[in-house]
Amino acid sequence: MAITTVPGTRREPGRPASPYPAGPQRTSLGRKVRDNLTGHAFLIGAVICFGFFSWYPMIRGVVMSFQRTRRGVTTWVGWDNYDRIIGDPSFWAAWKNTFYFTVLALVLGYAVPFFVAILLNEFRHAQGYLRILVYLPVMLPPASALFLFKFYGYDPSDAGLFNSILKALHLPTSQWMQSPEMTMPAMVIASTWMNMGGAVLIYLAALQNIPGELYEAAELDGAGIWRRIRNVTIPQTRLILALLAMLQIVATMQFFIEPLILANGTGAEDSATSVAYLIYQHGFFQNDLNGAAALGVIMLVVLAGFSAVYVRLSSKQD
Amino acid sequence: MAQDSGTRTLISHAQLRRGRGRVVYWTLLAVVVVGFTLVFLGPLYWMVTGALKSGQEIAQTPPSLFPKDPQLQNYADAWNNLDLAKLLFNTFYYAAGALLFQLVLDTAAAYALSKLRPAFGNLILGLMLATLMIPAMVLIVPQYVTVIDLPILHINLLDSPLAIWLPAVANAFNIFLLKRFFDSIPEELMAAALMDGATPLRTLWSIILPMSRPILGVVSIFAVTAVWKDFLWPKLVMPSPETRTVSVGIYAFSGGTPMNVVIAASVIAAIPTVIVFLIFQRNIMSGLTTGSLKG
Repeated sequence: MAITTVPGTRREPGRPASPYPAGPQRTSLGRKVRDNLTGHAFLIGAVICFGFFSWYPMIRGVVMSFQRTRRGVTTWVGWDNYDRIIGDPSFWAAWKNTFYFTVLALVLGYAVPFFVAILLNEFRHAQGYLRILVYLPVMLPPASALFLFKFYGYDPSDAGLFNSILKALHLPTSQWMQSPEMTMPAMVIASTWMNMGGAVLIYLAALQNIPGELYEAAELDGAGIWRRIRNVTIPQTRLILALLAMLQIVATMQFFIEPLILANGTGAEDSATSVAYLIYQHGFFQNDLNGAAALGVIMLVVLAGFSAVYVRLSSKQD
Repeated sequence: MAQDSGTRTLISHAQLRRGRGRVVYWTLLAVVVVGFTLVFLGPLYWMVTGALKSGQEIAQTPPSLFPKDPQLQNYADAWNNLDLAKLLFNTFYYAAGALLFQLVLDTAAAYALSKLRPAFGNLILGLMLATLMIPAMVLIVPQYVTVIDLPILHINLLDSPLAIWLPAVANAFNIFLLKRFFDSIPEELMAAALMDGATPLRTLWSIILPMSRPILGVVSIFAVTAVWKDFLWPKLVMPSPETRTVSVGIYAFSGGTPMNVVIAASVIAAIPTVIVFLIFQRNIMSGLTTGSLKG
């Protein structure tokens, strides 16, 4: 890349240069065992919790998806659960909605916070106030925020907040959640409003770790603002950008509370049903925990495949 | 605020102080301040005042900016009909417990992974970080089944706070944040403490933790908000009305309750977190922005 315009960037200033100082190497075996035991004693609590509530359920989920439990009797049923869940009339709609939501949320919820953070980072005044504002919605319980959007924001009559604004601007009003076309964008807007603060703060922290000399040097080399963003800001925050993109995709693919509250689950003509909602519906309404587990495994496979492609692509860019 | 004139950012200070740069800077700042206030504070204002309006007033077009005849009754109804005191207490209790469990167990784990480095430490870290890639929704069904009948112990944790506290500890992101921060604490300090004969626990308590206040603040906020914001998990594992969290409780009542009362309840549910945030915002902001120890 155009790193050549900025001498010295390769040094990675954030990383401590010194390796782990040579520890006590002459220690006896007994000492080593004791040190290890101490280390594991500190780890054990977290490891137990991970074991019970993350690692074991992961395996259990896969196992369950090939079993069926009826009246307390569990039998192996092969791919039956998968057949049943794929045959659900909402299955494909749920996937379509989930991809649509993820893409929209990525455009809105990923790019916007980054540029907001770049902007905020330049301000020498009111920065604290602006940061509080951006993060405030994150502190609201999502149910509270979504009821606000549902009852006041997306009120399809002219009394609704968004319709009033559209009307004042002489733009056509919308039926919002009542219209299958607007359901998704409306959910993404609500979701982005609620969640972007966290990303902004994390980006801001990353931006403030960029050494000022890099910008100085780039400017001396005649790089304009956009070039400085492209050649200094983005490369310097690349790791955190990549990590957050991944986390955001994993998070948005599981959107659940937005359809549940804004659209009473499925929305008009299945326009809001998400894969996560379908899991919930099968597991806890249709008394089909095994089918829900199967759908969970499908989701896992899709996300893993996606992650693999993503990692491939982002490592190729170097 | 934020007069840290030492650091240089995208655009140099000098450029912003002179002529055109200065005009652009102040215009942009004004636009952003007004815009952000409208976008982020506006809806909250609408929420608080909307819940003060009567059913008729909320349905009128164009909507009124101020409630004509404030109906405090909506808030009183929300408080009494939904038993918000109980719901808020439950949520506090779950959040506080989750915070305590995470601070103790996750800090200890991150310390072990960063400084003590026992055998297989990296493998364990890897397995923990791998869970970041596992969508919570994928685990929700098997986790639920696990909580109903905990393996080996065969305990049912439904309606027990442990069903929220223990899974909260399995938070790879917080462990990752803590570990990364601990990594940046110079090994010389560890070596010095060792030389003075301090035990690993003593070193953690007297050296690492005092230096880690910023990151502990961040992790605490994350831990509390995670519980506060969670919806589906508490909905599943706290099925009785007596053990519900505030979000789940409001949702459960939302069907048969007037719209303005639901919003009033939502406002009340949001007040504690907003207050906590306003009090501790400096901790989280400085924790996230000062970043390294050297700063």
